[in-house]
Amino acid sequence: MPELTFAQAVNAALAEEMRRDPTVFIIGEDVAEAGTPFKVLSGLVEEFGTSRVVDTPISEPGFTGLGVGAAMTGLRPVVDLMFGDFLTLIMDQLGNQAAKAHYMSGGKLKVPMTVRTTMGATRRSAAQHSQSLQAWVAHIPGLKVVLPSTPADAKGLWKTAIRDDNPVVVIEDKMDYTVKGEVPDDEDFTIPFGVVDVKREGEDVTVVATSSMVRVAQAAAELLEDDGISVEIVDPRTLVPLDRHGIVRSVEKTGRAIVVDEGHQSYGVTAEIAAVIADQAFWALDAPVKRLGAMDVPVPFSPTLEDVTVPTPELLAQMARALVGK
Amino acid sequence: MSATVSRTEIGAELALDMYRRMTRIRLFEEQANDLYRGAKMPGLTHLYIGEEAIAVGVCSALRRDDWITSTHRGHGHCLAKGADVARMFAELLGKEAGYCRGKGGSMHIADHENGNLGANAIVGGSAGIATGAAYSAKFRGTDQVAVCFFGEGALGQGLVYEVMNMAALWQLPVIYVCENNMYNEYTHYLEATAGDILARPKAFGIETREVDGQDVRAVYSVTAELVERARNGSGPAFVLANTYRYHGHHVGDVDRAYYRSKDEETLWRDERDPLAIFGRWLEEQKLATPEDLVRIADAARAEIEAGVQFALDAPFPDPSQVTEDLYA
Repeated sequence: MPELTFAQAVNAALAEEMRRDPTVFIIGEDVAEAGTPFKVLSGLVEEFGTSRVVDTPISEPGFTGLGVGAAMTGLRPVVDLMFGDFLTLIMDQLGNQAAKAHYMSGGKLKVPMTVRTTMGATRRSAAQHSQSLQAWVAHIPGLKVVLPSTPADAKGLWKTAIRDDNPVVVIEDKMDYTVKGEVPDDEDFTIPFGVVDVKREGEDVTVVATSSMVRVAQAAAELLEDDGISVEIVDPRTLVPLDRHGIVRSVEKTGRAIVVDEGHQSYGVTAEIAAVIADQAFWALDAPVKRLGAMDVPVPFSPTLEDVTVPTPELLAQMARALVGK
Repeated sequence: MSATVSRTEIGAELALDMYRRMTRIRLFEEQANDLYRGAKMPGLTHLYIGEEAIAVGVCSALRRDDWITSTHRGHGHCLAKGADVARMFAELLGKEAGYCRGKGGSMHIADHENGNLGANAIVGGSAGIATGAAYSAKFRGTDQVAVCFFGEGALGQGLVYEVMNMAALWQLPVIYVCENNMYNEYTHYLEATAGDILARPKAFGIETREVDGQDVRAVYSVTAELVERARNGSGPAFVLANTYRYHGHHVGDVDRAYYRSKDEETLWRDERDPLAIFGRWLEEQKLATPEDLVRIADAARAEIEAGVQFALDAPFPDPSQVTEDLYA
């Protein structure tokens, strides 16, 4: 299997699907020659041309709405939303239009559109370019929400997203783009939605981790190994649909759970998953379910401030030690 | 103002069909009003009475495979694009036989087979969808055209300008039809709209027309020209159709004196009624006798009555259907 960066894996998935299906096109700000500010889409316009890799004005609601209409009428748009923070700008078109069209029309209209966007702090980009807003979209019935954490997952989940007949939001952590990993080059390699991946097997505590928090959990697990604590890492990979059974299965084995996600902790992803565990694995628990999200403050600019707002391996390890009483 | 089309351009068959469809919308809306006031219809509804000439004039210039998007005041657009009266009523009453299986209601009727991509309860919310449908037609190399119906209230929404900009940049086959019924809900549009409305699309280089929205022949003529233009790849257009909403913003908006006068309402009903104007023309042109027009109304009434009865008799959806259609 070839080794690719996360960014290359996303690029490969898009290119393969565009070759496979002529109705797939990418639309967004500086997606063509620029290949986005993160260069994830570099090379696609050269292969597919400007009719399928379409630069737009800086009009996020406008091009998202255009994507909804194109999706309803036979195309499969990939709407590129440069920063996850801009989800706030497109909420009507995504939440009121794309998410509801199939249901409100009694199943007549379909919106096979994928929104590609980002999350993640610690790039010193301050409060309007650093948010992790997956809870906002996961809250709206009718959307599917995908958070890949490795290059292989990025490729397999992306291919599934494009083939899905529903609006899907794929959120990539900007800090992951240079992460490398083995990625299948089979063009039929897809990963089904709603299936957890156990990223590390362990016995003492389950850490349910999303997106780049999987790497935080892996680093924490290394620290905890020195303390004799064995960590199992469960990556949901998709928030909607959520593999509740896969999460519960792990907690039933370990008896302890910590949920970590980079969205704000209050009313967030960690709350939902902790509730699932409390509800469905209550009798297996040896301790209360713990949560670790971003602090409930706007992401600050100064490094000394920003670094204390996000989950870290040290914080997670500390929480795990307290949980197992070591 | 554009010149209206002559008798030869419209033809007797199309003229009578347009009158039939306007009558159907008028009677449909009167029936919807009765259903609502008789507590047989849940929720809320917004009547199109007074504006019939726009939906019919525009949709008469479209093919079945052309697209429209509609608004919260959308019954007229849906019917004009070919929707069936009985299934429309069934949807208004929340019945399973309705266009949306009872999940959309009055403000969300979608009729994909007839090119209706959905009525939309977000003011201006469908401008992107219509523009995207036009994008799709161009991308797929068909000659389909998309029409976006919206009220003048949507002129306050930024999305409308974002997509007009892209439609002009990319020469998309989309026609923005602004129905100016003069009231943004309960506020006169001049209190909410600065400058010249047509200067806005013109700023994007979009072809613009202003038309008397009470004159179905004028609406048809202008639309037919712009549709032809769009099909030929000459890009988007904007139509400002001036009209009047006879009833309130919604059924139940009955005390309107604080925002408009009885005299104004009477003037429009008595002197600017689109059905009366068109009916007179049909008679003058000897395309129909007064008796013909009565017969058309009677036939429409019978269709409406049968449709309502179908809807009243139709079953509500089983509660188990609540989770169906969430994902495709």
